[in-house]
Amino acid sequence: MEVVRSKRGGSKEDFRARQLSAQQMLRGDLDGQALEEYVEKRMLLTKLEDAQGWARKNAIWPLGFGLACCAIEMITVIGSPRNDLSRFGAEVIRFSPRQADLLILSGRVSIKMAPVIRRIYEQMLEPKWVIAMGACSSSAGMFNNYALVQGADKFLPVDVYVPGCPPRPEALMYGIMKLQDKITNEPELGWRERYQAEGTEEYRAEGSEDIA
Amino acid sequence: MPDATGLELAAQRVREAVGDTAVIGTDHAHGRARLDVDPPRVHEVLRYLRDDDEESYGHLSSLHGCDYLPEEPRLGVHYELLSMERRDRLAVRARVTVEDAVLPSVTDLFPTANFQEREVYDFFGVVFEGHPDPRRILMPEDYVGHPQRRDFPMGGEPVLFTFNERKLPRWYD
Repeated sequence: MEVVRSKRGGSKEDFRARQLSAQQMLRGDLDGQALEEYVEKRMLLTKLEDAQGWARKNAIWPLGFGLACCAIEMITVIGSPRNDLSRFGAEVIRFSPRQADLLILSGRVSIKMAPVIRRIYEQMLEPKWVIAMGACSSSAGMFNNYALVQGADKFLPVDVYVPGCPPRPEALMYGIMKLQDKITNEPELGWRERYQAEGTEEYRAEGSEDIA
Repeated sequence: MPDATGLELAAQRVREAVGDTAVIGTDHAHGRARLDVDPPRVHEVLRYLRDDDEESYGHLSSLHGCDYLPEEPRLGVHYELLSMERRDRLAVRARVTVEDAVLPSVTDLFPTANFQEREVYDFFGVVFEGHPDPRRILMPEDYVGHPQRRDFPMGGEPVLFTFNERKLPRWYD
């Protein structure tokens, strides 16, 4: 296969000039106006929130936690090379909620399981997100009966709903990408902001008195 | 499965061993043989069938409940017996009313009955006397009611397609 190097940044002369200025900077020959120009050309300016969101969205750690039949599809997403979630920076599966920040509710949520899930959610690290995967955890699906919670958002702040019974792995990956869009573009839609829960964090800075 | 004659012979042996009124009736249909027994004597009948009968059944493969709503007595508890040696099965059924839903526990004969009796209690409200751990098993422990009874409300909440649920006839209407 032939490897073609694409030309970036204009002509050969421009490349030579950049190479020369880099050499001069390394030798310490640049100063004053020339140094300012050199630095400005090589800097990328952004806001702290954007940089933070960019870092967060590419380091989602899902919790390895299955509830019912949707879990089979979830496992093929988070644990198989075919779907390869590491393309989207979310491949580090943690089986401890203390180390995870994405909870995928993969299956029906029974009334008896709800306090367990709530407890797992509260053990997770902040900032944390929840995806309700499939019809059951979004709205109890076809199980409109005594045994199931009618939608997991009755007791959890859910960020993304993925419809389907079960959703295809592609649909779940699309949901994760939607969540990434939300993390970068709309960080004010986190659950603390939605529920006005600022100030209820369990960890406070060192020296503060009320550590919950 | 014992055939119809074999079932009658087994019923007769149980009557001789446990008592004349222990077996209320027999049923042989679709290749299944079933003894209907007097509810308070389920334990004795099962012990006889397990230990002393000439065609004994050493294994309880399933224990489950059933609600026959229009009929009385409403509730039924089925004991599915299996003989691994003879590759033979026999069902034993006890019918109890909702008002007096009490049966003797058979956990001392068959340890597998422990969880299954808890399930029958959970879903049908049949109390098994002598059970070592008579709690609910699937529903939350503070749950009220026995949800698999036919007259138990379905629960859930109204959605788009439940508006005509009451207009359509149901199976028991």
